[in-house]
Amino acid sequence: MATNQHPYFVLLLLIVVAVAFAIGPLAAAWAWARFFSPNKPGKDKNSTYECGLESKGDAWIQFRSEYYLYAIIFLVFDVETIFLLPFAVSFTQLSVGAFAAMIVFLLLLVEGLVWAWRKGFLTWK
Amino acid sequence: MIDEVLKSDLQKQGIHVLCLETAYNWGRANSVWPLTFGLACCAIEMMAASMARFDLARFGAEVFRPSPRQADLMIVAGTVTKKMAPLVVRLYNQMPEPKYLIAMGACAISGGPFKQGYNVLKGIDRYLPVDVSIPGCPPRPEALIHAIMMLQEKILAQKLTGPDRPRHLNAAVPSEFPVPVYGASDLEPPNNPAVWHPPLIKR
Repeated sequence: MATNQHPYFVLLLLIVVAVAFAIGPLAAAWAWARFFSPNKPGKDKNSTYECGLESKGDAWIQFRSEYYLYAIIFLVFDVETIFLLPFAVSFTQLSVGAFAAMIVFLLLLVEGLVWAWRKGFLTWK
Repeated sequence: MIDEVLKSDLQKQGIHVLCLETAYNWGRANSVWPLTFGLACCAIEMMAASMARFDLARFGAEVFRPSPRQADLMIVAGTVTKKMAPLVVRLYNQMPEPKYLIAMGACAISGGPFKQGYNVLKGIDRYLPVDVSIPGCPPRPEALIHAIMMLQEKILAQKLTGPDRPRHLNAAVPSEFPVPVYGASDLEPPNNPAVWHPPLIKR
């Protein structure tokens, strides 16, 4: 290779080769499909699922909005568990203020539970 | 066509001259990707064939694909019940062409030992075109490897153009086969007359 060329010429060459390397196989595949292999779509071929069974119903099903209550009740217990474990672990080293704060927090959550209970949401309908 | 003397002279220098058809078939024959699809005990032999002792990878056919969209070959390995038959046909329909089918074992060929069963399909060839059938109950992994080699020979002999070109190169031939319906007493229709002809019994 000549030494008097631009120092970035090799880089340009590399880019050209890289692009050709990426596009070449795709173009070859396209040309092959165009000239030899005809496109044959069909009902089964275009279907979404690949398990062999036909899908039943619609994927766009709707949930009842009342279910948010169960999500909230789940959250009450979930958050409670997360905070109760460190509370129990460090129970003996806690100050009175921290203990009181934790009890207030628990009572708030219990209040939510009592509210849900009185509303009758804990009974599965 | 290049003449044979020049071709062999070039080959001695490490230059292989071949036509597009040969290159295409060679590439496809050595990268047959089967579908991960086992129905019964033959599937155990199919698994054994793909493992280290029998090493199906030597024939380029070890890449078992879990999706029909990526597979070239369906190995019907085992008893096809009538409830399963529509699923088998549908999965075969979902495979992109070119696609091939090996009927592995007595059950896939004819129903085998369960042929008299009320719920057993008497051969997958009633609904799908079978490329290679392997007898045996179950066939040994060597038999499956032999079937793959037979399939490779079949692929290598295929033409790119002309009236006898394979199904996937012919736009007039549909790529899907009618899926039977699991009816009240039997599959409907009981066979696909386009691919299956009842055997003639001469007495």
